[in-house]
Amino acid sequence: MHETVIEPGKNLKDFWRELWAYRELFLFLAWRDILVRYKQTVIGVAWSVLRPLLSLIILTIVFGRVARLPSDNVPYSILVCAAILPWQFFSNTITTSSESLLSNQNMITKIYFPRIIIPSTTMVVSLVDFLSALGILACLMLWHGLWPTWRIVVLPALLLLAAAASLGVGYWISALNVKYRDFRHVVPFAVQFGLYASPVGFSSNVIPEKWRFWYSLNPMVGVIDGFRWALLGGQANLYLPGFLLAIGLAVVIFASGVRFFTRTERVFADII
Amino acid sequence: MGAVIKVENLGKKYVISHQRRESRGTLRDAMTRTARGAWQRVRHPLSPNRELLDLEEMWALRDVSFEVQQGERLGIIGRNGAGKSTLLKILSRITQPTTGRVHLRGRVSSLLEVGTGFHPELTGRENIFLNGAILGMARQEIKKKFDEIVAFAETEKFLDTAVKHYSSGMYVRLAFAVAAHLEPEILIVDEVLAVGDVAFQKKCLGKMESVAREGRTVLFVSHNMDAIDKMTSHCAWLDAGQIKSIGASKSVVKGYLEEGFQCNSDLSRFRISSLPGTASLTELAVEDVSRNRFSTFRQGEPFSILLRIECQTVSPVDAAVVVENAREQALFTTHLTDMSEPIAGNGGHLLSIQLDKPALRRGKYLVSVALFSPDKHSFYDVVYHFPLFEIAGTLDPRFIDDTRWGDLYLPIQWKRLT
Repeated sequence: MHETVIEPGKNLKDFWRELWAYRELFLFLAWRDILVRYKQTVIGVAWSVLRPLLSLIILTIVFGRVARLPSDNVPYSILVCAAILPWQFFSNTITTSSESLLSNQNMITKIYFPRIIIPSTTMVVSLVDFLSALGILACLMLWHGLWPTWRIVVLPALLLLAAAASLGVGYWISALNVKYRDFRHVVPFAVQFGLYASPVGFSSNVIPEKWRFWYSLNPMVGVIDGFRWALLGGQANLYLPGFLLAIGLAVVIFASGVRFFTRTERVFADII
Repeated sequence: MGAVIKVENLGKKYVISHQRRESRGTLRDAMTRTARGAWQRVRHPLSPNRELLDLEEMWALRDVSFEVQQGERLGIIGRNGAGKSTLLKILSRITQPTTGRVHLRGRVSSLLEVGTGFHPELTGRENIFLNGAILGMARQEIKKKFDEIVAFAETEKFLDTAVKHYSSGMYVRLAFAVAAHLEPEILIVDEVLAVGDVAFQKKCLGKMESVAREGRTVLFVSHNMDAIDKMTSHCAWLDAGQIKSIGASKSVVKGYLEEGFQCNSDLSRFRISSLPGTASLTELAVEDVSRNRFSTFRQGEPFSILLRIECQTVSPVDAAVVVENAREQALFTTHLTDMSEPIAGNGGHLLSIQLDKPALRRGKYLVSVALFSPDKHSFYDVVYHFPLFEIAGTLDPRFIDDTRWGDLYLPIQWKRLT
C-alpha cells in the first residue's frame, strides 16, 4: 500500500523517483504550452520561424554590414545563425521559466506535484523554436552550398549543455521570483544585455587573446563556440579552455539550481 | 483496517508582516529611521526589513490530532479562517506543516478546486486530458474513462470548442466530471459542491456518495450543513486553528449551527424609537420545545419566540411581532391582542409566541417588534430588523436539496381529479 508521511522540513528523499512518477504531467504541460503558444495568432506557428529570421537579419546587417566584423571565412548570416540557435534556446528558456511559477500560481496553490516540472517544461517549447531555427540554418547552408561535417553529431550534446545552463538559471530565478518579484524586471534586461555580451552577432575570435579566458566565464560563450565548431566545419576552431569552463559552469549552475529550487519549493504555496 | 489518515499534533505557523505604523515624529526621527532601514537593506538585502515592518506570528493550525478509519467519511466544518483550508493544504501536500506529522495510507487525490489547470484556449477534449494528468491520472486511465467523463459532463457537442467559449455551468460540469472519475483511496474535497446548477449539484452529491460506498475514505469540507449531514458520518469542527469538537456529524453540526447564530442581546442597536417612562422590550430570544435557548432550528421544528417587556406605566400595552426574511421583507405579523388582552401593570412581563408547525424555509430570519397603546396612537418602543433565528437543515428528507422559490412552505394538498 502506498504510504505517505508528511512532516515539517522533510526534504524529499525520493525526489527523483517522484519526478519519474510525474513524467506524464511533464509531457502534458509541455504539450499544453506548445498548443497554447500560437493560439489566436493569425500566422500561428510561422512566428517560430519569423522571430529567429528577423533577429538573424538584424544582427547580420548590424554586425556584418555596418560594423564589418570578420566572419571567419563563412557567410556572415551563417555565422550569426549558428549562434542564434543556442542563444535563442537559452534566452527563451530563461525568460519563460523564470515567469513560469507565477503564471501557474493557481496550480501551485491547489494541487501537489513536484514543482520543478513547471520551469522544466518551458524548455520543450524552446526546443520547438530551436528546431525551426535549425531549419532556417539548413536552408541557408544549402543556399551557400555548405555541407556539415561529422562534427554535427556532437550537436545534441551541445544542446544538452545549453539546456543545463538555461534550466539552472531558470530554477534559480523562478524560485527567487516567487518571493522577490524584482527578478521579473531584471530578467528581460539581463537577457537583452546577454545578447551583446555573448558572441551572437560576432565571432568570439574578435575578443583579444588575453581576455579570452575571462570572457568564457559567460557559459554561453563556450556553448556558442561549440555550436559554430559543430556546424560550420573546418572554418571554426574551438577555444578548448573556454569550452571546458562552460561545461563546468553549466554543471554547477544546473546542480545548484536544482538544489536551491527543491529547498525553497516547500514554501512556494505559502508565499506565492 | 486501522487508521488510514493519522494526524498528530499538526501545527502551521504563518509569519505575516505589517507595514509599521508609527506617528511620524520629528523629521530627525524619520531620517534616522530611514537611514537605519537603508543600512539594514545593505547588510541583509533579501531579508524582511525589520525597521519598516512588524512581523507577526499567526498559528493557522495548532495541535490538531485526529484519525480517520478506512471507508469513513469525515466532514470538516468551521468558520472562515478557522484553518480548514490550511488543514486540507497540508493533507494534500501543497504546503508543509510547522509541527506534527501526518501519516497517510493509500493514494491521495485532493480536489481543492474544480478545473485546476484548465486552460481557456484549449478545447474540452484537450482539457480533459490535461486536467486528468494534473489530478494524477495516467493517460491510459483517462482514455479509458473518456467517454464516461464526457457523458457525465453532458458536453458532447462542445468537445472541440475552446473552453473559454463555454458557459460557466458547462465549464464547471466538465471540470467536475474529470475529478469525479478519479479513483484514489483517499479523496480530499473542498467545497466543490457549491458550484453548478441544482441538478448538477445533485449529481455530484450522488457521485460522492457512491465513491464513499466503494469503501474509499473521504475528507469533505463544506459550509453546506445539509451536505455535511447527508454525506458524512463523522465531523470535525475547527475553530481558531484547533479542533473544537469531533464526533458524530449530527451532534457536531447542531453545536456548530447553534454557536453560529450568536444571540445578539444588544437590542438597542436595532431600536428606532422609544418613549421613555412607558414600556420597553428588554429581551428578545427564541427557544426550542425543551426550553433551551437555541437560535437555529431545522425546517418544521417547533420553537417559540420570547419577549420580555418592562412596563413603567399602568396603561395597557399591545405588542406586534413581524417575522421577516433576510431581505427584510415581512412574512407575517402577529399581535398580542389577536389572542389575549393587552398587558398592563408595572414590572416585567414575559410573553411567548409558540410556532408549533413553522412554515419557514431555510434561511436567516429577522424580527421587528413594536410596543404600543391598543388605540395605536402612541408607540412606546420599536425594534426593527433584529436578526433572531435561523432555519438550517430539515427534518424532512424530501427537502434536503430544496432550492424552490419562496420563503414559506405551506401544508398544501395536491389532488388528482381525473
